[in-house]
Amino acid sequence: MSAAFAPGTRIRVKDDWPERRGPCHIRTPHYLRGREGVIQAVLGEFPNPEDLAFARPAPRRPLYHVLFEQPPVWAEGESGDSLLVEIFEHWLEPATPSQEAA
Amino acid sequence: MSAPARPESLALLDKFVAALAARGLVTEQEIAERQASTDRASPEIGARMVARAWLDDSYRRLLLTNGAAAAERMGVSMAGAPPLGVLENRPGLHHLVVCTLCSCYPRAVLGYPPHWYKSFEYRARAVREPRAVLAEWGTALPPGTQVRVVDSTADYRWMVLPMRPAGTEGWSEDQLTAIVTRDALVGVALPQLPVAAAAE
Repeated sequence: MSAAFAPGTRIRVKDDWPERRGPCHIRTPHYLRGREGVIQAVLGEFPNPEDLAFARPAPRRPLYHVLFEQPPVWAEGESGDSLLVEIFEHWLEPATPSQEAA
Repeated sequence: MSAPARPESLALLDKFVAALAARGLVTEQEIAERQASTDRASPEIGARMVARAWLDDSYRRLLLTNGAAAAERMGVSMAGAPPLGVLENRPGLHHLVVCTLCSCYPRAVLGYPPHWYKSFEYRARAVREPRAVLAEWGTALPPGTQVRVVDSTADYRWMVLPMRPAGTEGWSEDQLTAIVTRDALVGVALPQLPVAAAAE
């Protein structure tokens, strides 16, 4: 499995809330769901922690370092500040073109 | 009087270790070795890596591209440890490390995390109001510096490579190591010159 997103690609974190559907273990912070960011680096492939936590076979998934502007996430903060977060590929989707153009 | 009962938590731990051993997942010797290497780890390892990177540009490049290999150069066994990533502060950019989900911390090179690193307060605030957190630590960044909060959420462990302070020209690796504190290695503080040296 190779990485689908190259550094510099604008992505969005899926606005998904599996914790509302039942027991789960996820490593994607709640404050980034639905947020757009930019791929900073491909960190490699790691066994999916969502399976590991339940002792299921855990396929390796690409892991990225993703950069987000910090103020839009909290509606406060200083322009230029940022958040750099590890996120697995299955949590990412391409940013919508309309928002990209805006 | 009979001897005090063994705490329930330790009894539970014994059973857990026995169950892991029975399944062939881990041996008591492996646990003892990991415990010993974790006990040996201290922020001085990370501090020395930073000092060496300040003095040796090829080591600095290794540190930034393969933190685990850079740690092994210092005699740290990284077998079985999570990969180590190192993020470089530079003029205009400062990194602050937090783990909002739990307490991921580069233990192999910094040892056990301090209690505040695991507190709800630090974890919630570092990612939301990092400048207020830095101000409470007394950490003043030069004007125009952007703050980049590194939320350690998955398989890497992150350490900061601070900037070498002015006034340390000609210092030895030991001298430089002494000014790199644990707190500077996760970005809540900056390396400070000792008062006597700063006054010269």
